[in-house]
Amino acid sequence: MTDVEFDFLRAYLKTRSGLALTAEKRYLVESRLGPVCRRFNLATLHDLVGALKTPRDPAVEKAVVEAMTTNETFFFRDRTPFDLFKDVLLPEAIVRRAAQRKLRIWCAAASTGQEPYSIAMMLQDAAPRLAGWTVEIVATDISTEVLEKARAGLYSHFEVQRGLPVQLLLKHFEQIGEQWRISQGLRQMVDYRPLNLLHPFDALGTFDIIYCRNVLIYFDAPTKGDVLGRLSASLSPDGALLLGAAETVIGLTDRLVPSPTHRGLYNQARAAGARLASPVAPPLRRVVGL
Amino acid sequence: MKTCLIVDDSAVIRKVARRILEGMNFKVAEAEDGAKALVQCSDAMPDVILLDWNMPEMDGYDFLRALRQSPSGGSPKVLFCTTENDVGAIARALHAGADEYIMKPFDRDIVSAKLEQVGFPAQANAA
Repeated sequence: MTDVEFDFLRAYLKTRSGLALTAEKRYLVESRLGPVCRRFNLATLHDLVGALKTPRDPAVEKAVVEAMTTNETFFFRDRTPFDLFKDVLLPEAIVRRAAQRKLRIWCAAASTGQEPYSIAMMLQDAAPRLAGWTVEIVATDISTEVLEKARAGLYSHFEVQRGLPVQLLLKHFEQIGEQWRISQGLRQMVDYRPLNLLHPFDALGTFDIIYCRNVLIYFDAPTKGDVLGRLSASLSPDGALLLGAAETVIGLTDRLVPSPTHRGLYNQARAAGARLASPVAPPLRRVVGL
Repeated sequence: MKTCLIVDDSAVIRKVARRILEGMNFKVAEAEDGAKALVQCSDAMPDVILLDWNMPEMDGYDFLRALRQSPSGGSPKVLFCTTENDVGAIARALHAGADEYIMKPFDRDIVSAKLEQVGFPAQANAA
């Protein structure tokens, strides 16, 4: 692959998926796009670049973007964002939304489904407290291939052992030969849709809780700022945004602020400002030392 | 340093598991069947036991039942680590007192994740 071809692929992936590749990631492009070449009977990356230029084949374009997307995920990944959901966000939402009895959750980089299904398991455990509620889990990903796997809900024994306690495996999965299928009830709780975060997503509506973890790290700063600004617009005023451990809003948008108490949790700046201005809010007393 | 007893009749599995566990700062001991493991536990109860199912002398299931009935035998976290991968076997193991279940073949990520689930996050084991 020549420098010119690498630069073309960098620009191409940046435009289509937001992926910001540094020069050191050249090896990644070569290793991941090699199989795409073979799949489409293209001899070299030079031929692949040619195929992407003209005439454009949507199947090749899709395969290139999907091959470069990192789909690493597992059940209850990093644990803390899920403990936070179970112990803080869900109980708070049940109080705050008691009148509407409606809760909307969005997993913005759902990959093969482990994150939305982890949330669905916790919601099923909380079912008695949510009787009569409308609870939606919308799960999106740029890759239609991973969404197909997510919808099928079929996992290898390696996948079900990373992060998933064995008690939950027995409770929520059915063994099918060497694989494990998540229950139909949980599969029906999640609405999977293809979505490129670079494109408008306001049509999805407003959410109470958004998980957008470990995807912004692949974007450059202006793209991160743009996506965060639009995530803020899709988040209810008292909503919660959860980012990955290596991600932040600081220096990227002023519409969201880190939670003072929970790492990885972000709230609307306006709502946080309103809480600080409230004379009855307990944190105010501590913040100003009264 | 936390201690882990690997109970498996396969020397290869013990070697692979030892390498993984020592990499996670566990002090590792080995036993090749349930009977020998019970003796070792009566001498020094480990923090964690990685337990195979099918072994000569005493299998993992009988070992676990005997362990849980012995003085201090309730304290170690026991992770079954076996090729007995059907739902019935897993349920039996949990009923006998297992804390977690690892289906072979396994890798470092799985062992690490399962140990974290039973309260041994990788970075904390040196304490």
